[in-house]
Amino acid sequence: MNLKGRKVIALGERDGIPGPAIAAVVETAGAEVVLTLTQCYV
Amino acid sequence: MDLDDQTLILRAAEEHGRDGLIVVLGQPDSDSAELAAETVSKGDPTYAGPLAGVSLGLPVYHILEDVVREQVDPARYEAEVGLMEITLDKDSITAGLDRVRNAP
Repeated sequence: MNLKGRKVIALGERDGIPGPAIAAVVETAGAEVVLTLTQCYV
Repeated sequence: MDLDDQTLILRAAEEHGRDGLIVVLGQPDSDSAELAAETVSKGDPTYAGPLAGVSLGLPVYHILEDVVREQVDPARYEAEVGLMEITLDKDSITAGLDRVRNAP
């Protein structure tokens, strides 16, 4: 799997790694984040 | 998974196409990671949301997996994920995702 040029859905979770953190990381590899979500279970 | 999130994922898959589209997860344990992975690859296992019966077949990885980590900027990874990496059980999460990826 190569992140460069791939479109990514960043599906994070509040109690784990949030979506925006995932997006910020994968973008450094050249991925294009098309959707960022952070699930929250309370 | 939240029904609104399922709607957004379905819409993104339709808008951008499934080819070349992957999902990167940030769930804190193997159970939640497995559930999320199953939902975006094989469909909503609870049959409650828009992805019920919809097999998107999207490849799924977790941000902690080596295949992701080795491709990203180490400093940014440390800043965004480093603290959680210490507390989460990467091997268990990876095993959960492997169960979904290797299921028939």
